[in-house]
Amino acid sequence: MVKPTRVTNTIRSLRFSHGEMTQAELADRIGVTRQTVIAIEQGRYSPSLEMAFQIARVFQVRLDDVFQYPDE
Amino acid sequence: MAMEERRAWIMVVVTITTYPWYVVTILGRAATVPLAEVSYVGTLLWTVGGAIVGSIVLTIVVSIFFPKDADKKDQRDREIHRFGEAMGQSFVILGAVAAMLMAMAEFQYFWIANVIYLCFVLSSVLGSTAKVIAYRRGLPLW
Repeated sequence: MVKPTRVTNTIRSLRFSHGEMTQAELADRIGVTRQTVIAIEQGRYSPSLEMAFQIARVFQVRLDDVFQYPDE
Repeated sequence: MAMEERRAWIMVVVTITTYPWYVVTILGRAATVPLAEVSYVGTLLWTVGGAIVGSIVLTIVVSIFFPKDADKKDQRDREIHRFGEAMGQSFVILGAVAAMLMAMAEFQYFWIANVIYLCFVLSSVLGSTAKVIAYRRGLPLW
């Protein structure tokens, strides 16, 4: 019944390449809790499309530079 | 840990503490009289009231210890809340159907009230446990 999400992301490396941004900082920028950022980074939570765009905008990259959906 | 996850833990702890206390108290009274004739109304109301007050007090205490997270709630919290409530809802419906059938079959009030209470308890435990699991492992993809 419970399946982990297949969506992967590069948030962790993007944070480090953007002045070692903390999870708390990113959370504040997109208006969520730090726990939600941690859950997204660890692939335990797939954000909404809107939140995904907000994350991409923070790092000033395209959406698929942040999130990937691998083939079968 | 998110504040909403702490709230889910509080519900689990309060429910699994108060209900066994109620059951033990009622069974203790059944030593001298048949179970269905035991005085239960006051105890049941006090247990439910105690659980509500207990969860409020614990939430306030936790908010004092973690003031930074106390009022934070985001999209993930809301999704997990809805998921937990949907899981727990099944037992509320089960309790209502069971109570209806028992009333039709003219069961004693004791049994009807206790089946409803048991289903509320199971609903709370299942819903809160589902929330905790969702916080720890992620929401299921159906």
